[in-house]
Amino acid sequence: MRWVSEFRDGSIAKLILERINELAEHECTLMEVCGTHTMAIARFGIRQVLPKSIRLVSGPGCPVCVTTQSDIDRFISIGQIDGVVLATFGDMVKVPGSKISLRDARAHGIDVRVVYSPFEAVELARQMPNRKVVFVSIGFETTTPGIALAIMQAEKERLRNFFIYPANKLVPPAMKALLSFDDVCVDGFICPGHVSTIIGTRPYEPIATDYGKPCVIAGFEPLDILQAVFMLLMQIRYGQAKVENQYRRVVRPEGNEAARKAIYEVFEPNSVEWRGLGLIECSGLKLRSKYEHFDALLNFDVQVPPTSEHPECQCGRILRGAAVPTDCPLFASACTPEHPIGPCMVSSEGACAAYFRYREVSLS
Amino acid sequence: MKVINIEGVEAEVEQGGTRLRVRADFVEDVNVGDYVLVHAGFVIQKLDENEALETLRLLEMLGMGVQSTPVAEG
Repeated sequence: MRWVSEFRDGSIAKLILERINELAEHECTLMEVCGTHTMAIARFGIRQVLPKSIRLVSGPGCPVCVTTQSDIDRFISIGQIDGVVLATFGDMVKVPGSKISLRDARAHGIDVRVVYSPFEAVELARQMPNRKVVFVSIGFETTTPGIALAIMQAEKERLRNFFIYPANKLVPPAMKALLSFDDVCVDGFICPGHVSTIIGTRPYEPIATDYGKPCVIAGFEPLDILQAVFMLLMQIRYGQAKVENQYRRVVRPEGNEAARKAIYEVFEPNSVEWRGLGLIECSGLKLRSKYEHFDALLNFDVQVPPTSEHPECQCGRILRGAAVPTDCPLFASACTPEHPIGPCMVSSEGACAAYFRYREVSLS
Repeated sequence: MKVINIEGVEAEVEQGGTRLRVRADFVEDVNVGDYVLVHAGFVIQKLDENEALETLRLLEMLGMGVQSTPVAEG
């Protein structure tokens, strides 16, 4: 087993596409809710080889993209406080705030360190006892367990110069919330493979049963995505709405209980704002009271003026699948990866960045 | 990524010549030689070879026109 090449077999892909063509009688819109799917679909040119009647749209699957402008402005403000070191995953550095990005802020003297793992942020706090290290805590269920463990470690060591800016989010509540928008039309979900590794299959059940939307958890290779599309079309054809797991080599039905336990030891759900979707009940995570001394918002007094997004930027609509990047008047003209205006062009997992980077690609 | 070394909850993983030090707190019984999924410095699951082979078998059947899909799971 080579784990990758088998799932990129072009001859099988052609046969699956034939099966998909046989099923694609009616127009339908399938949404993927994972930045890695967004990139894989663009990279392998899957959109271009599917029948015209099947529309693949991206949902709120990129953690950087769904972070609100006011959160970005607020943690940049915290970074400007004397003695603070901001630690962040690399994707967040280029995202524009209302006035500046972290990259610009760095040029103005803010100390921004890019980390690969939250434990590196804890290590920074250990190494710099006279500085206050604030980790920009973004990410979905896949990323949060590691952050929770880092916080538990900091608590164990009584590190009092380590903080997080809490902005972690949960995917299933956002999937439900976007279905209530009038401009959103989704016939089925390609559910996120990595998030599902943690949460398992059960959290999607209400989306299938209460909202009547077929759900298929999918892997990230071309054959995975094509099989998931086929499985969704079969459900649609037979009037079914259930949760299926295409990515069984990784996702167990029960998910990863140890990782979930870590999340809920440290965090509890709260209602938070998402870019493009607004306030969603129980879709975010805040620190439980026994860990709230790590909350940067309770330790640093920052006031940010009301935020503004570029009036023509379509990231909000793109994040709920009501528009695709090419619908945006700024796409590939005023807004490019070198000079991004909205977060979907900045993040390596953003829909606009994916469309821009792989404009000419088609599965072969 | 393939596990090439493990000491307690710390593992060294390798893919395409790139080696990373990661933590394996969330997955029990990680051994040298296992293939694992890694995210932001953590092993989050072991890959299951039997399930991978089963998915490939289903894909081949599907390609041949045998319309069989995995059973829904709760």
